[in-house]
Amino acid sequence: MNLTPDDIIVFSVGGVALNATIVSTWIVMALLTGGSMLITRNLRPEVPPDRWRTTLETIVLTIQGQIDEISALPDRRLLYFVGTLFLFIVMSNALMVVPGYRPPTASLSTTVALALLVLLAVPIFGIGSRGVRGYLRSYLEPNIIMLPFNIIGEASRGISLAVRLYGNVMSGAVIAAILLGIAPIFFPVVMDMLGLLTGVIQAYIFAILATVYISSATAASQVAKEQS
Amino acid sequence: MTDLAFIAAISIFTAGLTVSFGALGPALGEGRAAATALSAIAQQPDAAAVLSRTLFVSLAMIESTAIYCFVVAMILLFANPFWNAAVAAAAQSATG
Repeated sequence: MNLTPDDIIVFSVGGVALNATIVSTWIVMALLTGGSMLITRNLRPEVPPDRWRTTLETIVLTIQGQIDEISALPDRRLLYFVGTLFLFIVMSNALMVVPGYRPPTASLSTTVALALLVLLAVPIFGIGSRGVRGYLRSYLEPNIIMLPFNIIGEASRGISLAVRLYGNVMSGAVIAAILLGIAPIFFPVVMDMLGLLTGVIQAYIFAILATVYISSATAASQVAKEQS
Repeated sequence: MTDLAFIAAISIFTAGLTVSFGALGPALGEGRAAATALSAIAQQPDAAAVLSRTLFVSLAMIESTAIYCFVVAMILLFANPFWNAAVAAAAQSATG
């Protein structure tokens, strides 16, 4: 049994073997960018919005609303970063219904890369809003004894983000594969439906946690603390 | 028993133990969380949307501890590093 799509070689270009993770990542990226470009091609004020453009606007506005509910000072760049993460994970999980497609999030390398993005974004957003000194001081809160614990907490956040997404998506695939051997007709379909549900929920949680981590590092939390 | 048999037996036993205990704690925790959320919804039906969204997020957070145990069990069963090392050592002693 293949635990990760890393082991499946789809084809090789010039001696470089491309595994299923890379191929499905590029499929998801092509679908997202190609679809958005196709829909927003005719983006002018005098053109009335058609149903596809309205769908896109609804998605973006929903994500923006969710972010505004969590973070005290809404930041437009947060929408770009977290929204992209969410759409990518949702797309790669929801395409699971297509036969022969292996979700790239079932590979630990993809989820570790996504978690590293979040871990990198936290200091970038934090330094951008509070300055280097203010951001580094947040590691010394509530006092200097907590410095190692804050650093450990930062690292364990990343590990738990990566393993949570990987474990959920991978477990769905593994359980479906096991059930395919036991009861091939009906039960794998039910488990795939459950996998769709968990895939969307995990994408939501990944995005929510990224928002929480980033907005707790920015000045927004300080402002909220002073107001209360 | 040979080394390989030892490793296989202990891995399989530990995988079962990991999943069973890893399911026990999160199941109790999720039950508590769901019960509390349901009674909160019963008291305040207006807040049902916010409550159920928070419930979903917290359920998935609790469930991730069970998922960690599942990942460990899967590693023990399908990608056991000690098994591979023991197989390699056995092959080396058989040939050399």
